[in-house]
Amino acid sequence: MDAVGERRVSYDARGLAEPHAEAPRIAEIDGDRAVFDAKELTTRQINLELRWLLYEQGVKDVTVLNPGAKHSIGVGILTRCKITYAGSLGYFGCGLIDGPEVHITGRVGWSSCENMMSGVVVIDGNAGSLTGAAIRGGDLVVRGRVGARTGIDQKGGTIIVGGSAGSMTGFMMQRGRQILCGDVGPGLGDSMYDGKIYVAGKVKSLGIDCVPGEWTDADTELIERKFRIYELGSPPEFQKFVCGKVLYNYDNLEPSERKLVIH
Amino acid sequence: MCGIAGIIYRDGEHDIGVDMTRMLQSMKHRGPDSTGYALYRPPDDHIVMRYKLADANDARDYEFSERLERNRREVEARLVALGAEIEEVDSDTEYAFRVKFRYAGDLKTIADYIEDVPGSEVLSLGYSLEIVKDLGDADSVSDQYHLSKIRGTHAIGHVRMATESDVDISGAHPYWAYPFSDVAVVHNGQLTNYFQWKRRLERNGHRFQSECDSEIIAVYIAEKMSEGMSLEEAMNLSLDELDGVFTYICVTADALGVAKDEMAAKPLVLYEADDMVALASEEIAIRAIIDHEIDTYDPYEREVLVWTR
Repeated sequence: MDAVGERRVSYDARGLAEPHAEAPRIAEIDGDRAVFDAKELTTRQINLELRWLLYEQGVKDVTVLNPGAKHSIGVGILTRCKITYAGSLGYFGCGLIDGPEVHITGRVGWSSCENMMSGVVVIDGNAGSLTGAAIRGGDLVVRGRVGARTGIDQKGGTIIVGGSAGSMTGFMMQRGRQILCGDVGPGLGDSMYDGKIYVAGKVKSLGIDCVPGEWTDADTELIERKFRIYELGSPPEFQKFVCGKVLYNYDNLEPSERKLVIH
Repeated sequence: MCGIAGIIYRDGEHDIGVDMTRMLQSMKHRGPDSTGYALYRPPDDHIVMRYKLADANDARDYEFSERLERNRREVEARLVALGAEIEEVDSDTEYAFRVKFRYAGDLKTIADYIEDVPGSEVLSLGYSLEIVKDLGDADSVSDQYHLSKIRGTHAIGHVRMATESDVDISGAHPYWAYPFSDVAVVHNGQLTNYFQWKRRLERNGHRFQSECDSEIIAVYIAEKMSEGMSLEEAMNLSLDELDGVFTYICVTADALGVAKDEMAAKPLVLYEADDMVALASEEIAIRAIIDHEIDTYDPYEREVLVWTR
């Protein structure tokens, strides 16, 4: 018998949906800590196990062994907790999270931490493209290098990259900060609306309407604080880039205000 | 979407049929329509031709089997007429065949004469290369064509989600670079100046068997190489001359190269070890053949990387 409102999948050409998956309940729970091996589990089973531990068993610290670069792991976790992935995640890892403190010891694929609301994600390895797309809060730290379009549409939070970054980094960024310790590809900050990008390495080229910004004490404080928290050593010298606002050619008035001006 | 994969061993022959099947099966979600393989055995002085006379989903009319049999005999008769000494003829399906023969002449002559037989398409022709492609996922194509027994040095593969042309064998990757021996390409993306290049290459005498944009990459690269460029030079030139979004893998008898467009719009994950290089659209495919913890990375925009076996 299906739960109320649950739709039964009757045809699945790709064999990907797992409509009848259940939490395997294999984790070893020790107080508020738990650990389980994901090697033989499917994506849905891993996520159900995580939810079972965090929401039903009162576990606050989970370690997932052998995630094996599977996609869509640990998405939509909305509680304060600690999660460690001992290995690599595939695409869309840790997306839509609000609260968790995540540590990934391997690398991640495309679109990790998409739309993260708050919390901390630390990735020891490299990350693919679209890392931290549209994040709204929290800290995302990649110790290795990242692909293209890091922090596209970023609306808040801080992205820190230890290695180099690809093309169109900070594309259409609206708010928040990016601290990039390595070299950066072409089109940095293209069409950004606001926010700050700090780069320690070489910038191949700036995107449209991205310009060097004026350094303030607040910038020094921010970078020193983040380097201290994530134990990144002593900070190198950074250049700051901001929006030049020459593309701000729409008027700032609401439609109702515009009427008042015209008449 | 599509998924592409490549593997090249630097220490001799391996079970590339098994490896490529594992890689492609793990990326089935990227393209369930059809699966294709380009497998490279160590070359010898025989030419191997893979060709098909029909598709798995063709309508079976009254005369279907008789027509296939008649056309198959016609293909073999034409090979003999061109002076080829046929050594082996295999068929894993009723519509796709493999012929091994000795031949000293021009490959274009063979390809054109064989493709003149109704319904026939030469999938690959070379001393080392064999292209196998059909509808279905990697496991079913591998079972159907008995790929698990194929050993070799390098291979590429493709799982296809059709966006630009039909679901049939002609639209499936990899593409052989007609009429150049042992060159094949798999591609993830779309080319926007496809018709310009198709017309230019057709004016130079090349034929295109499909309506698929990816086919031009193979012929484009092979033509540049026949003009004296190295694989790497030809691939670097393609970054300026081909428009669109792409990550493609091009293979020759002894090298494997990958190129990414200037937007880095399509994914590729790379794993390099001393004895082998594996690359795929997703890391999950590389992990399907390597059981220990590995470190991988994404190449950047406008990167061209070439490895030799």
